[in-house]
Amino acid sequence: MSDLRNGTLHLDRLPAQQWAHVIDVPLPHAGAGRAVVIRLMELGFVPGERVCIVAEGPGLGGPLAVRVGHTTFALRRHEAAYIQVAPIVA
Amino acid sequence: MSETLTAVLPEHIALLGNPNCGKTALFNLLTGSRQKVANYAGVTVERKEGTLHTAEGRRVKVLDLPGAYSLNALSGDEAVTREVITGQRDELPDLLVCVADATNLRLHLRLVLEARTLGLPMVVVLNKMDRVKKLGLTIDRAALERELGLPVVGAVSVQAHGAQELQAFLDRSLEPRRPSTWKSTTAEAVRTTQHEVHRIFKLAVQEPAVDADPSGRIDRVIMHPVWGFAILAVVLFATFMAVFSLGDVLNGYIEGAFGWLAALVEGRMADGMLRGLLVEGIIGGIGGVIVFLPQILILFLFILALEDSGYLPRAAFLLDKPMSKAGLSGRSFIPLLSSFACAIPGIMATRTISDPRDRLATILIAPLMACSARIPVYTLIIAALFSGQPLAAALTMVGLYLLGVVCAMAVAWVLKRGHQGRSPLMMELPSYQWPDLRSLAIGLWERAMIFLRRVGTIILALTIVMWALYTIPSPRAQAGASELENSLAGEIGHALQHVFAPIGFNAHISVALVPGMAAREVVVSALGTAYAMEGDEDQVGAQLEARIATGWSTATKLSLLIWMVFAPQCLSTFIIVRRETNSWKQMWLMGGYLFALAYLASLVTFQVASWLTA
Repeated sequence: MSDLRNGTLHLDRLPAQQWAHVIDVPLPHAGAGRAVVIRLMELGFVPGERVCIVAEGPGLGGPLAVRVGHTTFALRRHEAAYIQVAPIVA
Repeated sequence: MSETLTAVLPEHIALLGNPNCGKTALFNLLTGSRQKVANYAGVTVERKEGTLHTAEGRRVKVLDLPGAYSLNALSGDEAVTREVITGQRDELPDLLVCVADATNLRLHLRLVLEARTLGLPMVVVLNKMDRVKKLGLTIDRAALERELGLPVVGAVSVQAHGAQELQAFLDRSLEPRRPSTWKSTTAEAVRTTQHEVHRIFKLAVQEPAVDADPSGRIDRVIMHPVWGFAILAVVLFATFMAVFSLGDVLNGYIEGAFGWLAALVEGRMADGMLRGLLVEGIIGGIGGVIVFLPQILILFLFILALEDSGYLPRAAFLLDKPMSKAGLSGRSFIPLLSSFACAIPGIMATRTISDPRDRLATILIAPLMACSARIPVYTLIIAALFSGQPLAAALTMVGLYLLGVVCAMAVAWVLKRGHQGRSPLMMELPSYQWPDLRSLAIGLWERAMIFLRRVGTIILALTIVMWALYTIPSPRAQAGASELENSLAGEIGHALQHVFAPIGFNAHISVALVPGMAAREVVVSALGTAYAMEGDEDQVGAQLEARIATGWSTATKLSLLIWMVFAPQCLSTFIIVRRETNSWKQMWLMGGYLFALAYLASLVTFQVASWLTA
């Protein structure tokens, strides 16, 4: 997964416990990813929302527990990668 | 009043809501035991309907729809919900009751806004109002009503009178139905709705500066890569300890009761066919199965309580990576755990898995989880193998469970070859809460009724048939042969020897496996009848164990244990697989691979063990 321009990165690259703003959740042109992206947005992953990885699943490439709004969701890394975020600098 | 004469009151309402909004607890509170669980036509999504009483005492029918995040369905459950409230399945409800978790309106308001476009008369229920104060939230209900343009009532689904506001609302006349403007969503539309959610949320909800929900702190331990697994191991160990040790004590009482009943009938009746049927057939056979009711219920109690508390999704999170090695995701964990009680609810629970390949693989391996019906057979043979060696017996039992799990993962890996890695997870980890006792009780009651109905129908019928087969002499009876060899059952057993002799099963075992196809537990009572023993199930168990200990070779005992791990058994499982997959092919695929595994594994076990012990 390539890094994005000026301080934006895919959510699966965000360090744990670091809060970030959702910048964009681009809709893929085709394929099963479209339904995933729509659902992610319905669950609250929309631009402007604050997110944070609160736990990482065991092992390399394990799932992520992501806090958005008042809810925590378990996402696999390939799902988290649809979400582009910018870390909030304290 | 002329106004009430023309008023249209709701008679048939539907509960809609996100998963984890407390909708089912609310449904249980409203309807109590007045519930009917059935299936929607063509799919095995449960259709739960009940009756409630309004504040004025009118009776209203309530439909509990499957939980849905959105009407853009991703899973079979969500599809049914959409079909019902868009009128594609049933008659439309008079009133849509949209249940939202008051402590998580950021997530739940979106569905309210989406449901509003359906044009049905609607009321919003803010559930879990008791927790709102505890978490320091303030909700301006008037602002919410104004902004949503919908009536809003509060509820506490876990308190005895927690639904009073809703019950009073149901005596008010309905708004007219408007035409539906709902359509399948686009990314742009979701964005617009989420903006609206944000706007309304800001106006109606005030949050405390510090989040008072302890879930985050609990999660730091529960989801820790090391401590999390340690806790999971302890939870699973405690569950199985309770099933075996506590269940065993309760089983003793039931055995005692059936023994007393058998003795009573024996004392009061003259010896004859009818007494034989009653004592050996019905009381012995049924008693032998009912004794396992406590173990099944204890296992379900743990599963229901762990699920309701919010722990199971965390366990699924921890196990996601290990299960991905077999090509599955953490979502398969909960159905597979349920399968240890019984494969049928386990297979039904797979409908929350949105990926069709993952779901199919989970269905096909669910029968490898050692269901509670296997416990009696395992217990009997292990006791005969290792009498007086409790440690060896316990380790063998654990080994049999692990063998099933390991082989299930191997089979899943084969089934998912070439399609690994991209399975969806996207699973909510809800806030922790204490399990709702009313819902636990109703859940266990449903399980008990399903089990007892099975015992009263299929198992009773089989028991009588088996007794008859052993009692009725074959038309080709030969002089000199024993009564058993001359019975119809003896003849069947003889014929089955062609198949089962290579894996070490004698005629008695072969015959007992036939009714075991319909219900595994019957294997024990059928063996009991085969060894022509009288009396209650307790006695049958004890004497049978002694007969097996001396009568069967070690190789035969091991071979039968291995057979029970894999054998495709229990017709109900076949039926549910056929229904859930909507495919005869998948059903035969499951039956075929399980039979092949069972036969091969038993063949190897028997031949190797015979050679080693020769």
